[in-house]
Amino acid sequence: MTTELFIQYCFAGLTYGSIYAIVAIGFNIIYNTTGIINFAQGEFVMLGGMISISLLPFMPMPLAIASAVVLTMVIGALIEIVFIRWLKDPSVLRMIIITIGISILTREAASHVWGENIRALPYFIGNEITAISILGARISPQVLVVIGVCGLMVATLGVFFKTTSVGRQMRACSANRTAAVLCGINTRNMVTFSFILSAGIGALAGCIMSPITYSQYDIGTGLAIKGFTVAIIGGLGNAGSAVIAGLLLGLIEAFSVSVVPLAFQDAIAIAILLIILFVRPHGLFGSSEAAGLKEF
Amino acid sequence: MKRLLTIAPLLAAVIAIHLLCAATGTLYYLTQMTMSAYYALLIIGLCVLMGYAGQISLGHGGFFAIGGYLSAALTTHNLEHLQDNSVISALHSFGVLQSGQDLYGGTLLVVNPWFACILAILAAVVIAYLIGIPVLKLKGHYLAMATLGFGIIIYRVVLASEYFGEADGISEVPAFVLLPGLVVSGDFAGRVQNYYIAWGLLIIGLILLLNLIDSRVGRALRAIHGSSEAADAMGVNTARFKLQTFVLSAVFAAIAGIFLTHYNGGIGPSEAGVMKSVRYVALVAVGGMAHLWGALTMGVLLNFLSLRGAFGAYDDAVFGLILILVMLYAPNGILSVRWRPRWARKKTAVEEG
Amino acid sequence: MDLLQVDKLHKRFGGLQAVSDVSFGVRSGQIKAVIGPNGAGKTTLFNLISGALPSSSGRVLFKGQEIQGKKPHQVAQLGIARTYQNIKMFSGMTALENVMVGRHLQSRSGFVSSMFNLPGTRGEERLIREKSMELLGLLEIADVAHVSATSLAFGQQRAVEFARALAMEPEILLLDEPAAGLNMYETAEVGRLISRIRDLGITVLLVEHDMSLVMDISDEIVVLSFGQKIAENLPAAIQQDPEVIKIYLGEE
Repeated sequence: MTTELFIQYCFAGLTYGSIYAIVAIGFNIIYNTTGIINFAQGEFVMLGGMISISLLPFMPMPLAIASAVVLTMVIGALIEIVFIRWLKDPSVLRMIIITIGISILTREAASHVWGENIRALPYFIGNEITAISILGARISPQVLVVIGVCGLMVATLGVFFKTTSVGRQMRACSANRTAAVLCGINTRNMVTFSFILSAGIGALAGCIMSPITYSQYDIGTGLAIKGFTVAIIGGLGNAGSAVIAGLLLGLIEAFSVSVVPLAFQDAIAIAILLIILFVRPHGLFGSSEAAGLKEF
Repeated sequence: MKRLLTIAPLLAAVIAIHLLCAATGTLYYLTQMTMSAYYALLIIGLCVLMGYAGQISLGHGGFFAIGGYLSAALTTHNLEHLQDNSVISALHSFGVLQSGQDLYGGTLLVVNPWFACILAILAAVVIAYLIGIPVLKLKGHYLAMATLGFGIIIYRVVLASEYFGEADGISEVPAFVLLPGLVVSGDFAGRVQNYYIAWGLLIIGLILLLNLIDSRVGRALRAIHGSSEAADAMGVNTARFKLQTFVLSAVFAAIAGIFLTHYNGGIGPSEAGVMKSVRYVALVAVGGMAHLWGALTMGVLLNFLSLRGAFGAYDDAVFGLILILVMLYAPNGILSVRWRPRWARKKTAVEEG
Repeated sequence: MDLLQVDKLHKRFGGLQAVSDVSFGVRSGQIKAVIGPNGAGKTTLFNLISGALPSSSGRVLFKGQEIQGKKPHQVAQLGIARTYQNIKMFSGMTALENVMVGRHLQSRSGFVSSMFNLPGTRGEERLIREKSMELLGLLEIADVAHVSATSLAFGQQRAVEFARALAMEPEILLLDEPAAGLNMYETAEVGRLISRIRDLGITVLLVEHDMSLVMDISDEIVVLSFGQKIAENLPAAIQQDPEVIKIYLGEE
């Protein structure tokens, strides 16, 4: 393998990997406050991309992206308020089925609004053929945008959870819900907030990836499964290791192109998911002791 | 005998529907009723797994596809060019293979549908065992994702393999002669016969499962669902029972796939799709999880409406909506809802997955 | 030789030593009680014996055979039955069906013979039903046989749980606070019942809070405090033991 090819694969892997990481962090945020795996997580990414593309004719791109993110956050909040907030102590099975239902409804609604066409936002800098040379490999600037924005999101989230009051309250909820209630934290609002937050980061990821990976009404499920795989590899609920796991999966996928036929590309992530689930369900980086305390 | 009495109304309904359709000149409804019956066969099997053993599976479309695709591939791939091979000719003389003619009059040498059927069921059993051992150690979200992952892999495999026809699937699947004169095929003349074959199979399946639920095994399964810990302490090997139920439901799914494929004369990759698996789960949920009759009724009714195109372009959306509404308002199935005033309602709870 | 022998059993939960170096034996045919204040590790001890929890170290011997590390259903197969402090009924099943589950190990029918309702299965089913009704009669709750178990009164649920455990025809029965949540009259009733169970030839090991019940019926008592055994003796001697009195009544 030539150096250029190697670097190209690396960047492709990192690009997809950072998107997976963002989806996984979205899973983790909701999982931490509610104990729910939101099967509709990928739909937020789809919505972000599709809404921003639709808004683009009416406003400049940064505004379109911002509006799309805000709208998706509103949708996230609505989903939580309408479907989840008022359920008393629902079983895991019930929550799984409800979020799957939400995912299907969102996807079907999207297919009726936007049709089945593949769309894309224009490149943020330059166009398809603009490229910068890194060690001889030609890399699209959009790739750097994706990696950069995702990195920024992770950093911002880190600061948010560490320093802000809302962030600390959310962490308190995830550590011990009952204790959080006793401390006067409104856990219900925290749950709504976790949906808003993970809808927001999902939507932003959906916008920045759109020029490279395109947007379509049905990209959600695939992203959800990869995001979940990453969340599992990193240890469910652990946002930090989700980043490492995400990049890892992205790189594995990118480099497997030369070995595995294209038709089976998607199966790689799933095979990894199954192997991890069978061998180390608490994740590569998680501890089994902590996992034992959680409800799977 | 007692079981026959409980089945009698269903038998009567099956015959009544046939007579009604015949009298009103709407026999074409029987085609969708036949297909619905096969789907319902899968659904009652899944009902035992989900409702009684308490294990969710988002991968049963995969087992349906294993059954359908294997029997389709084996009964359509021409082995004529291998006729001189000693193994092939030996198989031929044992009746494993049968000769036929394709559309253009060329000679075909394919696997006999009976042998294909048995091989497909065996494959489903083996795969269900291999997948089930690790998967059923998982719970809740992990189990859901693992079974979903299994389903997607099957989907990818059929979509990517030339042997399974890639995106086109397999067509021109021959008729399945069960007994002389009893043929599973989409042949126009055999419509009524096929209606009864499908419903006969479904009713046999239902009787077997009703027997199972009301037996030592069924009690053990319900005990696992009621309190897994206490069931363990009674000496119930919970892992083994879950696994065996998983295999059983996979066999039901595979048989449904085999028969429906012969009836339709083909199978396409959408049968292995995620939406199919989700739909089966939805139908079990609507029927009330631990409710074989509910699963059967809803499985037939909603599949029939869907196959008649009653939901138009909103087909998938309808099933998504059903899933949400049932889980929000009637987690024990819509047949369980009693329209009593709010204060008189008992707290309903769906059992933990 | 002791029927059941607990040998230097340890269990840690993170930093908490729930059971620490506990050893004692249960002789065949006796009623042995484990008492101690809340959090003494009594239920943990039961979970270790029945295989519901893995022990950190130590041995549990049943008829001389090591059983630590076995799964709960394997332990049950050896003839060890148990009940729970917070009753675990099989929800969605009748009282009778609950007891019938207890006959699981005394019957054989598998998936295939059950589905086809083969003659052997039918005969077996009849025996299971008869035996289970008999046990419900023994516990005087035959009249609620066909009532959903979870809708029964607390005392009746306890009786169903007893019947379910007895249906296993165990050699030893582990009772986890059988009098919890019962009134004085019902507690006395449970006491008589436990004595009757022993008279049937079943060895009983019970964990209990209610001192009067324990003093009445047990042949021997083990006292736990903070996971450690601090006394093992006859009931009369335990009542006089200054160490035990200190735990229960505090320092003077």
